[in-house]
Amino acid sequence: MTKRAIPSRRDLLATGAGALATSILPRPVFSQGAPVKVGVILYLSGVQAFMGQQTRKGNDFGAKVVKEAGGPAMEFIYGDAESKPENGRIVAERLIREGCTLLIGTNDSGSTISVAQAAEAAKIPFLINIASAPQITEQGFTQIFRNFTPAGTLVGNAVARIKELGATTGVEPKTAVILHVNDTFGQGIMKGVDVLWDKQQVPIKILDRIGYDVRARDLSVEVAKAKAVGADLLMPITRVSDAILIIREMVKQNWSPMGIISPGSPGPYEKAFTDALGKYGDGYMSCVPWYNPTNKRAREIASRFEKEMDARFDLNAVFAFEAVEIAADAIKRAKSNEPAAIHAALKTTDIADHISYGGPIRFDEKGQNNNIGVVMLQNQNGKPVVVSPADASEAKAVFPFVPFDKR
Amino acid sequence: MTALYLNVISGGILIGVVYALIALGLTIIFGVMRVVNFAHGEMVVIGMYIGYGLWSAFKLPPWMLAPVAAALLFALGYALQLGIVNAFIDRPQHAQFVLFISFALMITGLHLALFGPDSWPIQMVESMQSYTIGPVRLDVLRSQAALMALLLIIGLMLFLRFSTLGRSIRAAADNLIGAQVIGIRVRKVYAVTAGIGMACAGAAGALIAPIFDTQPFLATDFTLIAFIIVIVGGLGSLTGALLGGVLIGLSEALAALMISPALKTTFSYALLVLVLLLRPNGLFGEPER
Repeated sequence: MTKRAIPSRRDLLATGAGALATSILPRPVFSQGAPVKVGVILYLSGVQAFMGQQTRKGNDFGAKVVKEAGGPAMEFIYGDAESKPENGRIVAERLIREGCTLLIGTNDSGSTISVAQAAEAAKIPFLINIASAPQITEQGFTQIFRNFTPAGTLVGNAVARIKELGATTGVEPKTAVILHVNDTFGQGIMKGVDVLWDKQQVPIKILDRIGYDVRARDLSVEVAKAKAVGADLLMPITRVSDAILIIREMVKQNWSPMGIISPGSPGPYEKAFTDALGKYGDGYMSCVPWYNPTNKRAREIASRFEKEMDARFDLNAVFAFEAVEIAADAIKRAKSNEPAAIHAALKTTDIADHISYGGPIRFDEKGQNNNIGVVMLQNQNGKPVVVSPADASEAKAVFPFVPFDKR
Repeated sequence: MTALYLNVISGGILIGVVYALIALGLTIIFGVMRVVNFAHGEMVVIGMYIGYGLWSAFKLPPWMLAPVAAALLFALGYALQLGIVNAFIDRPQHAQFVLFISFALMITGLHLALFGPDSWPIQMVESMQSYTIGPVRLDVLRSQAALMALLLIIGLMLFLRFSTLGRSIRAAADNLIGAQVIGIRVRKVYAVTAGIGMACAGAAGALIAPIFDTQPFLATDFTLIAFIIVIVGGLGSLTGALLGGVLIGLSEALAALMISPALKTTFSYALLVLVLLLRPNGLFGEPER
């Protein structure tokens, strides 16, 4: 008679831990014929909720338009990362456990990387709507597809637009001062500007770079300091609330340089900005990816969005909308809700007729769409219009802009 | 360059006076009850929402927002003290800390639930205006807020010095047993003190609402700044709170100008450490007896 081995406490613990790990690892649940479950991870609450909510509107409207056009059945499940980058992974894992076989998100580079890790582990394709950190496509992720410009490309295009300004308007600014939010995003854009400014030999001298705290509620000193530099151009790198603070201070301190041009940051094109500042928001220029106003369908979509969603069709909405169209195109071609099939279809995406400014949507081996263009917007009569480049322009740039005390 | 310095210094002093009103609320509560109100910043944010609401509904000028917010926050502070905090006065400090931190979390949660995370900006004509005095441009809203805050601070100091109730509050702060012996109803005095402390926070919030956009997450910043001011000025000292507020406003502005705007808050903390090292009881605080 053989002696039966009694499991030790260590064996029991190991077995229990293994079972627990197996049960909590995200595993998608597929069912043939059912709508494809698409997990959308956004910041729907917390300090960055405004952008998240705006992105959600773009997503919802995209879903509506795809449905109207007889696109594939998709069920969108939203996950709120609560403006905390580290939550991206947790929310993504939950959505994968709920059966999502495609993820979209996240409108922030930090949480995008966090979601990409979860997507990579579970082999679920992840379509990035907005996130510009260069490292996202440099970490070897195989499941990501980014339909947004990396910071370097964004800034490179923005610098090119600023360089063109003198030629297109006949007015050549000589000097500039940068006022930037002092966080990862702000410093990244500023360093990019520094590098590309020299590389593209922009004939405008940057006299000073003034950083401010990301939590600053008062920018009076920063604006006074920038004013004292006496530059022709102010180049702010901001988010919407600080962009508003800067303009308010400029008006109060009666500082009207030749122009205000953001080299690639959110803020001035947003409805919150133009609503808050009225006529004082006009003239502000920003260089960002945008919808192509010379494309008839893009204009119609923008017009419908503004009526039906009661919001501006801004960068957040445009790229959220386009992500849904890319997803629908891939699912249609995949003819399956299996993540591997959707991934394979996304790899071969080739959409020539789309709403954003730029070339066909195609993803390279790292999952990056390199054909996204950057336009220069200027707020005119309370709304942003494209003023450059020529093939996307809908209005002429007002440069130098009208001084604040003459409005 | 002189104009730049004059503008920055004047701006720092103006916001410093409003900060002083916030700190005054914290220091008066501590001075009388020896209770640290960790929810003080949240009270300021309540005042901001009240200011926003009053402005939205009645388009009241900024200086008129403060008295209404002060009255409402006085009532809230009075009720909270009588209903809850009085029961914690004789309990260990950690129990008091937990109570006030709970208040802070509940208030922020309530703000988020009611108003959401977005900023609520007040857009009035004065938002874009400034007074010009020679080379100096004074922000209209800041000037009005600082003037109103200064009036409230002076009024409070006079009240504490000359009114019967004010004397009772000071008596309770100086010698609790003595105050009880001569018949002062200490629990009622505590409630009035809490009301006054929170009224200061509410009034300052309403004055700040047109300057900083209102949102729930500002509370921590206000609590921290109030702590820095009262520690620099001296815990329990009204003069210390006033001068500490001005000093912090001024030092932040000058640090932003002369060192780096990104380091202005860091400079406040450095100042705090320096004061703690050289004068542990603050610039105007008295050593514990």
